[in-house]
Amino acid sequence: MRTQPPALPRFYWTCVRERKCCAVTILTQVLNGLQLGSIYALVALGYTMVYGIILLLNFAHGDIIMVGAYISWIVMSQLGLNPVLAIVLSIVGCAGLGVLIDKVAYQPLREAPRMSLLITAIGVSYFLENGAQLVFGADAKVVPEYFDLPSMSVGGVSLSANAIITIVVTAISTIVLTILVQKTKLGKAMRAVSEDMGAARLMGINVNNTISFTFAVGSVLAGIGAVLYSMAYSQATPTMGIMLGTKAFVAAVLGGIGSIPGAVIGGLLVGFAEVFVSAIGLSVWQDAVVFLLLIIVLVVRPTGILGRPMTEKV
Amino acid sequence: MAMLSVSDLAVSYGAIKAVKGISFDIDEGEIVTLIGANGAGKSTTLNTIAGLIKPDSGSIKFSGEELVGIKPHKIVARGLALCPEGRRVFTHMTVSENLDMGGYTRTDAENKETLELVYEHFPRLKERMNQVAGTLSGGEQQMLAMGRALMSRPKLLMLDEPSMGLAPILVDEIFEIIQALNKNGTTILLVEQNANMALKVAARGYVLETGKIVKTGTGAELLVDDDVRKAYLGG
Repeated sequence: MRTQPPALPRFYWTCVRERKCCAVTILTQVLNGLQLGSIYALVALGYTMVYGIILLLNFAHGDIIMVGAYISWIVMSQLGLNPVLAIVLSIVGCAGLGVLIDKVAYQPLREAPRMSLLITAIGVSYFLENGAQLVFGADAKVVPEYFDLPSMSVGGVSLSANAIITIVVTAISTIVLTILVQKTKLGKAMRAVSEDMGAARLMGINVNNTISFTFAVGSVLAGIGAVLYSMAYSQATPTMGIMLGTKAFVAAVLGGIGSIPGAVIGGLLVGFAEVFVSAIGLSVWQDAVVFLLLIIVLVVRPTGILGRPMTEKV
Repeated sequence: MAMLSVSDLAVSYGAIKAVKGISFDIDEGEIVTLIGANGAGKSTTLNTIAGLIKPDSGSIKFSGEELVGIKPHKIVARGLALCPEGRRVFTHMTVSENLDMGGYTRTDAENKETLELVYEHFPRLKERMNQVAGTLSGGEQQMLAMGRALMSRPKLLMLDEPSMGLAPILVDEIFEIIQALNKNGTTILLVEQNANMALKVAARGYVLETGKIVKTGTGAELLVDDDVRKAYLGG
């Protein structure tokens, strides 16, 4: 009898090789997919909001999450302070950083060509990554557990409390964001600025402040994402934002960049795709599959799942 | 004292001088029109007054206070609204959301009141309040753009080509509304290519040619002026 190589997950052996696919394993994997997908969704929301308002792919967005994870590490591990404080400071720190980046790097370029803005975003991204490496070193820091959470077991399925929290927090964040954008005065102003900046100015809307507010909201979501990510992976490295940011970017494009429900759907799809691919034993392919998904969408439906086709102004 | 007084205003886009030192003024309660061909500098003048473009030189005084250098969103709050060329309604937002945006500088209580007034002038907007603006007809979009500008309770309303692209019957309707608004106490600065209609409703007019004012007079005078007839009224 052959021995089971440990690299392959149990799911592969029980389901695929022994053809005993049980509901429990599938449910566990669905939960994993939802957890990972939720984190991608939160990050994708930040991408999509900033793109929606100033047509900028904010490549520094993933790195904001990295900074958020380091803040948690400093507060809990270095200063030994309360985890609730760590969560609050991570979120507030991310929001502040997002607004600061907008004011310092992007605001002077409001009238500049989009390419200048894009290159600046890449520059900010490198700045944050290398800055973090300079300050914290290249090795990974361990972010301690925020809370000592028990694992629940329902009908034979062990539910990780982290997964449940991640999913619930993401759902609540999405609902709050949707209400903010659809119903509040500031949210409507964001939509107005995103559609026609000049006309928005004529309404008496302070466009720069509205854009900064958008960065703040997107970065709050990134801060929440940073906390949830640290809960799941307990690590902070200077480059952790790259892959996370890139995949969330794929999620945003997949769902239709500029669309809030699209970002959530895209995030969940990317999360599920990754978990599924590694569940069937092809975990080395999990990154490739995400990008394959992107290529397929760009060929078949370039505006993404919920993206609006470009409308001509008459 | 004039409500709006523009003096020696010069505006350029890069090396191109669009407005070359114009002066005019508007008294409270008037309809004043700027007429002229494409590229004469009419829209540039309005956009500069609204603060969207920085002038090279000159001054714009509104109720005695200088507007040059003030941000557009603050100019709106002072009681000067521009209804831009091409309407530029927010096509993905509903009619009532568009009107909300028009009253951005005002309180909710004030907006509630103004909304009733706007719906009185434009009953069709009330019927379509929950419709997405992009699905409105051209005439309805123009009404929405005007209603939206009125939501800020402007003392002076600037209208840039309100009749552009509209069927003749709608043009008549829009001009009737402009006159009604004026009777209710709104001072109006009207830019039009439809010089005939504009001069009929205006108390006074200014003729712009390649960035300069070449003629001025009452609406009635300009309507019968030989040069104006030849250039803008088809003989």
